Formats: sequence, C-alpha cells, structure tokens
Amino acid sequence: MSDAILSLKNVATDIAQYHILHDVSFDVPRGKVTMLLGRNGAGKTTTLRTVMGLWAARAGQVMFNGEDIAAQPPARIARKGLAIVPEDMGIFGDLTVQENMALAAVSGPIAADRLELIFTAFPPLKTFWDMPAGNLSGGQKQMLAVARAMAEDRQLYLIDEPSKGLAPAIVSTLVWAMKSLKGAGASILMVEQNFAMARALGDYAAVMDDGRIVWTGTMDELANDTALQENLMGLSMEVA
Amino acid sequence: MSQAPDHAPTMQRLNLVQRITPFVPALLVPLIALLGLLFIPSGSSWLTLTVSGLAMGMMIFIMAAGLTLIFGLMDVINFGHGAFISVGAFVGVTVLLLVPGMTAAPSVGLNLVAVGLAVIAAMLATGVMGVVFERVIVRPVYGAHLKQILITVGGLIVIEQLIHVFWGPDEIFLTRPETLKGAITFAGAALEKYRLLAVGVGLVVFLAMRHVLRHTKLGLIVRAGVENGEMVQALGYDIKRVFVLVFVAGSALAGLGGVMWALYQEVITAHMGGQMLILVFIVIIIGGLGSVEGCFIGALMVGLLQNYTAFLVPKLALVSNIGLMMLILMWRPQGMIPVVKAK
Ligand SMILES: Nc1ncnc2c1ncn2[C@@H]1O[C@H](COP(=O)(O)OP(=O)(O)OP(=O)(O)O)[C@@H](O)[C@H]1O
Ligand SMILES: [Mg+2]
Repeated sequence: MSDAILSLKNVATDIAQYHILHDVSFDVPRGKVTMLLGRNGAGKTTTLRTVMGLWAARAGQVMFNGEDIAAQPPARIARKGLAIVPEDMGIFGDLTVQENMALAAVSGPIAADRLELIFTAFPPLKTFWDMPAGNLSGGQKQMLAVARAMAEDRQLYLIDEPSKGLAPAIVSTLVWAMKSLKGAGASILMVEQNFAMARALGDYAAVMDDGRIVWTGTMDELANDTALQENLMGLSMEVA
Repeated sequence: MSQAPDHAPTMQRLNLVQRITPFVPALLVPLIALLGLLFIPSGSSWLTLTVSGLAMGMMIFIMAAGLTLIFGLMDVINFGHGAFISVGAFVGVTVLLLVPGMTAAPSVGLNLVAVGLAVIAAMLATGVMGVVFERVIVRPVYGAHLKQILITVGGLIVIEQLIHVFWGPDEIFLTRPETLKGAITFAGAALEKYRLLAVGVGLVVFLAMRHVLRHTKLGLIVRAGVENGEMVQALGYDIKRVFVLVFVAGSALAGLGGVMWALYQEVITAHMGGQMLILVFIVIIIGGLGSVEGCFIGALMVGLLQNYTAFLVPKLALVSNIGLMMLILMWRPQGMIPVVKAK
C-alpha cells in the first residue's frame, strides 16, 4: 500500500517462553479504519500490544510514519501519536473519571469543545465526573476508555474490542465516536468481534490465525464472501 | 448523532455503617487513643503519652512515606531505605555540631535556622544518595524481589560501615537546641516542646504530600502508576523517570526523618535506620502498600500503641505493634487502605 501510517514487517513476539506472533506483516492505511479479525487466541491483542511497545518484538519491524518503533518504550511511542484502548480497558479505578481524563491529556488540559463532545456522546461520564472510576459499570468503563483516547488528537488509535459488554444502543455511539475520530483524519486499527460494528466501520480488514496474518483485503470483500469468512475465521458473519 | 443513554443515579440514603466505612481506618487512631485513656490511670500521663505517640508516629510516617510509594510504583522492596535514615541523622547532627553558637543561643529564630540548615543538608545528602542508590543498586534488579532484598540489605550494611568510616564507630550524643528543650505544661500534663514541633512538621509533610498527590499532574501519574504502571506508560508518561523522582524524594524524606529522630533520641548510631525499619515496614504493611494515607494512619496508630504499651507493659511495646499488624491483616489482608492493582 502506498500510504501506510503503520506497517508491520515480519514481526515476531514472544511472551515468556511462548512464541505468540510468528511472522506478522500487514499495513494500516492512513486515514482509514482497519479491522483486525480472527479467532480467540489468534494473537490480535498481542499484535496491538506489540505495536504499542507493551510487548517487545523479538524480530521484525514496526514502521510508524516510516520509522521503526519496535525497540522503543511505550511512553515514547505514545508521544509519537499513538493511543491504545486496551482489551482490559486500563481504567485507573482509584482515580476519578475527571482524573482519568486529565491523565489522558498528555500535553495539557482538554479543550472545552472536545470535552463537550465527549459528554454529548457519553453522558454518564459527566454524571459521574467526580466519582472514582472503579465504581463505574463495565459499559461505562468502556466509554471512559474510549473517551480517554479521544482526549487529544492522535494519529493512530489501537482499539481492542471496544464493544465488549456494551448494550447495542451504546455500540452505535461508539461507532459514531470512531467515525468522528476518523473524520478528524486519524487512522484506526481495531480488533472487533461484533461484525455489525466491524462492518459499519471497517475500510480494510486483516485476519489472523495462530499468530499469523492469513488474509488481508477490504472489508467489503470479506463481508460479501461468506465462504471466505468460514474459511478464515471458522464462522460466517451475518451481514447486518 | 446517537447518544449513550444517561441513567441519572437515584441517590439513596446510605445507612450509618455504609457512611462510616470509608472513615474506619482514620477512626482507628482516636479509637486507640480512647483505649489508652481507659487503661492509663492518670489523664495527664495519658496526654503526655499521646503527644509523644503522635510525635513518634509522625516521624515514622516521614521515614515510611517514600518507601510505600517506591514499593507501590515499581514493586521495589528497598531495605536500603534504613541507610538514608542513618545518613540523614549523621549529616544533620554534624551540621548542628558545627554551629554550637546557634543551637546554644536562647533564641527560637537562631535555633530553628540551625535545625533548618541541618535538615537541608541531610535531605540534600540523602537525596543525592538516593539518585546513586537507585541507579547502581535498584535498577539492575527490577522485577526480582529476592535479588532486591539481598542487594538492598547489602547496600544497607555497606552504608552503615561507611558511616563508621567517616564518623567513627561510637554513637554520637547531642542535645536539642536551647529553645526546643524542656516542656510546656498543658492541663497538668508536661508536653515536650520538641514533640509538639515534630507533630507539626509531620502534619505539614503529610498535607503537602497529599496536595501533590491529589492536585498535581505528577501526583496523578504517581497514583495511577501505583495502580497500573503499564497504562500510564501507554498514555505517554515515562514511569521510570517518575519513579526516580519518587525514589529521590522518598530518600530525602527518610533523611528528614533521620534528623528528626536524632533530635528526639538525642543520640545517633549507624544502625538507627536499620532498627527503625521494623516499625517502618509494619506501618506500610498495615497502611496498604502504596497508600500514603494508609501509611499516615498506620504510623499514628503504631506511635500511639508503642507509647501506651511502653508505659503500661514495657516489654510488650514491639510485640503490641506486631499484634496490631496481625489484627489489621486479618481484617484487611491488603492493609487498611488497599491499592487496587491492575492484574
Ligand atoms: N501474558 C501471557 N502469557 C502467556 N501467553 C499469553 C499471554 N497473553 C496472551 N497469551 C497467549 O497468546 C495467544 C494470543 O493471545 P491474544 O490475547 O493476542 O489473542 P486474541 O486474538 O486477542 O484473542 P481474543 O479474541 O480471545 O481476545 C493466546 O494463545 C494466549 O494464550
Ligand atoms: Mg484479545
């Protein structure tokens, strides 16, 4: 692909003595949403964590804007313009919602209009602004995790299963939030099991299995080809 | 645009127990004081002992506050912390002995300047030591508790021996500056002036730490880092640098605690810090590892209990604190104010 914001080249990652990622190569096109799909345990989360520097790649390159960030510490990677919404959400439960948001805004207080936008999308965050985030419900924590990534402009968002445990009404809010990120010019690499959401958001897709990329292409191709889905992921995803 | 539904919480009145629960740890301090009042026959002795217990608690808190954050933030067990207490005491006392004119003068101002100089020198020395200690001794053993214990105990012993080299093997006696000697009488009880000062300094240190932790970005990073250091890094903060800062600040506080303890005991030895470590560890364990507020409450409880039992049954003073630790851990295995760790 000509303009990839992120490009993994033959990335291999070990966790302790286990080889988890074997030879992962794919591109994330700039300004687009790329869905990372695959069975449970395929290595999707590990891939996102490797990009963020939370696991160290044993081999290969992670090219971000043309620079290999594979050996860099996570804080430095974040400062280059990446943000992660981790699978476990990474909420600071002892801190208030407000403090969680304040931390997410690395370079200064959150702009008022941005905060307004976040509150409009996720009203519970406003309601519980001064409460310890640990008291939020699971779905509200997920909202906070996404809102945190939205606190500042980032170039690339790594988002791990944001719809997990969310009611359908909120999933649509999430879709809207992602679209607004994309609309602002950001690129997104997202793991998502909810196919309606994947379909609604994805421009491109990469499918993993057993620590390898087994297919890449456009979301439309994948969505329209049930046989391919069966073949790649062992399930066919009903097109909503 | 779609919106996530907002469920306005319907507030229900909490019952008494629910309302009190968050304050239970803090309420244990007056509870211990009340228990003391029950057992100690005279009110004036009780007041004297209470002030003395609070003073001791404050000093233990100052020594322990850094250590609890050092553990909370990077999971580092540092027995070398005791060395900072001793070095702080020796440096501070050396400064005090250098300015006999100021300490002997019957002037509050001059006395406080002398103590201030001693404190600054001690904190500078232990702060610098902290930088070196973190770099040379702690950094190579991140994540390995057994190695941390072995190598930091080694560091403690080496520094104690270095104190012998620089200051000689004998204990050094000192007297408090003129105006900090003696006691005032309040409600028939003799309250030593120095202990009152120590209570004041301890309170100031606690409130300052609380302010930094609650109301500054650095404080937020530290609190978040105690919970989930990985996420703090993923947000873009270099937690190792923050840790070095905390380590150095904690070391300097230990130095301050050392000077204060020296003036309290009026004698210093190279081993004083190592000996204090027992109480320091009890305090941070019952407080909840990583919790400055828990550490503060725990220190006051330990200080009070230590003084009451030393008065009533001298032989049980330390045992009583170990008993207190066991009771608290049976009630809350993670300490009074447990820090929720990610994973
Ligand atoms: N901390 C760890 N230690 C050991 N193995 C791990 C660890 N984390 C993940 N793995 C293993 O790595 C493999 C890939 O895990 P990963 O979390 O990346 O899968 P995933 O594709 O995100 O799955 P899911 O859809 O269930 O979230 C799994 O086999 C898992 O057991
Ligand atoms: Mg996963």
